[in-house]
Amino acid sequence: MNGAQILIECLKREGTQVIFGYPGGQVLPLFDKLYDADVDFILVRHEQGAAHAADGYARATGKPGVCIATSGPGATNLVTGIATAFMDSIPMIAITGQVKTFLIGNDAFQEADVTGITRPITKHNFLVKDVKDLARIVREAFYIATTGRPGPVLIDIPSDVQLQEMDFVWPEEVKIRSYNPTYFGHPGQIKRAAKLISAAKKPIIYAGGGIITSGAHHELKTLAEKINAPVTWTLMGIGGFPGEHKLSLGMLGMHGTAYANHAIMESDLIIAVGARFDDRVTGRLDAFAPYAKVIHIDIDPSSISKNVKVDVPVVGDAKNILGQLIEEIKETQDISDWLKTVEEWKKKYPLRYADKGIIKPQYVIEQIYEATRGEAVITTEVGQNQMWAAQWYKYNQPRTFISSGGLGTMGFGLPAAMGAKLGCPDKVVFDIAGDGSIQMNIQELATCVCNKINVKVAILNNGYLGMVRQWQELFYKRRYSHTCLYNPDFVKLAESFGAVGILITKKEDVRSAIEKAISIDNVVVMDFRVDPEENVFPMVPAGEAINRIIGGLA
Amino acid sequence: MKHTISVLVENKFGVLARVAGLFSARGYNISSLAVSETLDPQISCMTIVVQAEDEKILEQIEKQLNKLIDVISVTDFTKKEHVERELVLVKINYLSKQKAQLDKFLKKFLAKVVHGKENTAIIEAVGEQEQIRQLLEGLAKFGVHELVRTGKIAMA
Repeated sequence: MNGAQILIECLKREGTQVIFGYPGGQVLPLFDKLYDADVDFILVRHEQGAAHAADGYARATGKPGVCIATSGPGATNLVTGIATAFMDSIPMIAITGQVKTFLIGNDAFQEADVTGITRPITKHNFLVKDVKDLARIVREAFYIATTGRPGPVLIDIPSDVQLQEMDFVWPEEVKIRSYNPTYFGHPGQIKRAAKLISAAKKPIIYAGGGIITSGAHHELKTLAEKINAPVTWTLMGIGGFPGEHKLSLGMLGMHGTAYANHAIMESDLIIAVGARFDDRVTGRLDAFAPYAKVIHIDIDPSSISKNVKVDVPVVGDAKNILGQLIEEIKETQDISDWLKTVEEWKKKYPLRYADKGIIKPQYVIEQIYEATRGEAVITTEVGQNQMWAAQWYKYNQPRTFISSGGLGTMGFGLPAAMGAKLGCPDKVVFDIAGDGSIQMNIQELATCVCNKINVKVAILNNGYLGMVRQWQELFYKRRYSHTCLYNPDFVKLAESFGAVGILITKKEDVRSAIEKAISIDNVVVMDFRVDPEENVFPMVPAGEAINRIIGGLA
Repeated sequence: MKHTISVLVENKFGVLARVAGLFSARGYNISSLAVSETLDPQISCMTIVVQAEDEKILEQIEKQLNKLIDVISVTDFTKKEHVERELVLVKINYLSKQKAQLDKFLKKFLAKVVHGKENTAIIEAVGEQEQIRQLLEGLAKFGVHELVRTGKIAMA
């Protein structure tokens, strides 16, 4: 076998069913072998699309996504997608071609130091200098990408290595002496955590993306119900706890619900699970949750005590630790007063918007929720569309909300939807988009149409880069510097790609358009002309305490 | 406060870049860095002196280093009994009229002349940071032309 065949054989043995990518000079040997390979290959229209699609596939299925690009510009085009996956701890394998080994460092045509460029945005990366190392490296790459705190791993393969011949040997075992993630919580720490929970009068559970990664949603629900604690979550934690549950508080932080923010600020115990106290969650750090003791459960020790001082750290896998904790907790305090207070906040500060004749973006999301009975997979772009999608759709299942949380990558939603749909072909997949961000990877409509990946794109078209405009309105004296967009005709654009376009300008047409889009056996782009100056509320200004909520009706 | 950290890493290309990149990306300051093979040629030892304002930053540095796949272990020597040394080479004026005085001074620091040429000499000295500091202070009056130091190495 040559290197290209070895790579494909390894990918298949690792369970890869679909690869997203784009050919080029330094991956020609690989593409020659992909031509006959028994694995689905999706030709994207831009390498960034391949990376996000692999990412979306991974988020929707829990399996590692795989993308391929050529050297130089192909590889640098993957960079945003790799960084996106890295910030959100998504398992992904990025394979790049590289110039021939003897040309490396020579400023050869389409050469870039890709392992150098991606070093800070991958969990690990490899440059394969000899075909005899290839199988082992691919095995290690999958192992590293999918274990511990997952993340993207890049494998850079010079084209001459792809052509080198050797007998294929599959390394049955992977062992990396310097990499041994902890999966079970230290029993002593579990005991200390249980003791704090038993003593708490105002507990709150703060759940992050770790719940989804670890598949700990059942354990989370069991724990919450056992100790009767309200549950709030981060953007990445959406779907980890049923949005319709009576203990659910929705998302917290900058655009979280007011009641979630009040509850965490007043709590006497925060049980943080798979979350990292990001600045969008905590607001001003020295004012955050002043009365609370903190239990922090995370598989990554470096997430613990990074931002917030932790009383009981528990390192390990969320699913295991929550299981251990549920066993350990014997008694709890009567916390009915606390739950009553939380209920009052819920009544006093509900999520609301002023529903006028004009189409409100929140209304569109609510209608998508109702039309899909909350069973769709929702991907988002970044900005107002993302926050409204997080607030106004109730997610009851993990892996149904797919969004670029840490990096906040515009242009993520459409290619991610593509990957999610391939991973979950029986699900309805919506990309909730803005008119700005959809244009950042709109070329992937071609990939969707030609591969019959029937995603539904709902553009909340307000003619602005809405979130930036909102900040300009609130903090920059309404000086709308370069946030007003001149847009294409999205209906005609969709049609030119072979998709179906629907223009919706009236509120009464919203629901029927969504239903029509779901029923059409094709890619559909819905252009909702929404209130151009609607804002995302509640909102906590950056750097303020998270109970200093401004604006709107909340 | 300065901390001396010893990091055992896989002896592979790119590992130094990973460690150095981690420090620059997260805004930590490296005061000195010494890297070499260990008894096991597959393992390298990096002795890093870092400036960390508080324990929290140091804790993060250790955790982030441990997170690198190629890092085998991280030890903060500051917390335990250890020996630390640094080697310096100093080029100074070496005039015959000052020779006796200089030799006496060097003897006190167990330093020696390793190379002499016309009116200059290269002095070699090994010691703890404070000794080196005193040595350099004393040498200043003889006229220092050039200075190279290895950075600290340490062993517990």
